[in-house]
Amino acid sequence: MTVSTTNSIIELPIRPEDRRIARYAAAAIALSVAEAALPSPLPGVKPGLANIVILLVLARHGWRDAAWVSLLRVLAGSLLVGQFLAPGFFLALVGALASLAVLAGTAKLPVRWFGPVSASVLAAFAHVGGQLLLARLWLVPHDGIIYLVPIFAASALLFGIVNGLIVAKLLKEFP
Amino acid sequence: MKTGWRLLRPGDWAVVLLSALLVAGSFPLLWTGGTAERAVVRLDGRVVAAFPLTAPRRYAVQGPLGETQIEIAPGRARVLADPGPRQYCVQQGWLTRPNAIAICAPNHVSLSLSGRDPSHDSLNY
Repeated sequence: MTVSTTNSIIELPIRPEDRRIARYAAAAIALSVAEAALPSPLPGVKPGLANIVILLVLARHGWRDAAWVSLLRVLAGSLLVGQFLAPGFFLALVGALASLAVLAGTAKLPVRWFGPVSASVLAAFAHVGGQLLLARLWLVPHDGIIYLVPIFAASALLFGIVNGLIVAKLLKEFP
Repeated sequence: MKTGWRLLRPGDWAVVLLSALLVAGSFPLLWTGGTAERAVVRLDGRVVAAFPLTAPRRYAVQGPLGETQIEIAPGRARVLADPGPRQYCVQQGWLTRPNAIAICAPNHVSLSLSGRDPSHDSLNY
């Protein structure tokens, strides 16, 4: 073995923020994997428990960290359930991107009037909206998918409220 | 749960109530799945007649077993009478959704509804 003449070690300093994002992402991944085991009446109707973590990160550390956690969750979650680059992965990715876009907007709403429940409900609608749009354009190129909109919208509203309330409760007890 | 609702701020209530209204409103709007606009009658797979579902009328088509009678009404259509032995297409009653189809196989006649654009029929869906 020869001694290398160039000293080309690339150092990636791990900052405390990185550890924090990794911790939150791990929690989000665990929740989404646990949720994948739950039976669902219709593919896509899920509680979206990982979004609790995303909303917590958004409230505590801002949108950038929330985006990191959300996208890491989609990537690692899909690897763990064997869905990476499968249609489910792209649906999850589009849902995550759409809800992050909406969360960028809701983060600017006056805190006095709008709490985590608003963010959660609106992000949930964006999530299913993005997914339905992708499904319509790519997976099921037929207007029949419109029949499913009320079901997805209703489940987004229900789980959006529940997740939002959980986030509000968590933020109140562990700010 | 009683304390849970106290976590909602005024804007949250507005968001939740508005969303609930929109979701409730989306149900009847979308479940209808568009409207059927035309009734198409086929004999041996060939279109022999097509009517808009606007005015009531009757139409009879002659198949190998005899006469199949079709009734058209605003927004719906049915097979009124058919010489086939099992009467499946008659018992299907009124067809109202786009792409619904009643097939009177023994007499080689079918009645189907079409919406604005052609797509999968009720069997495929």
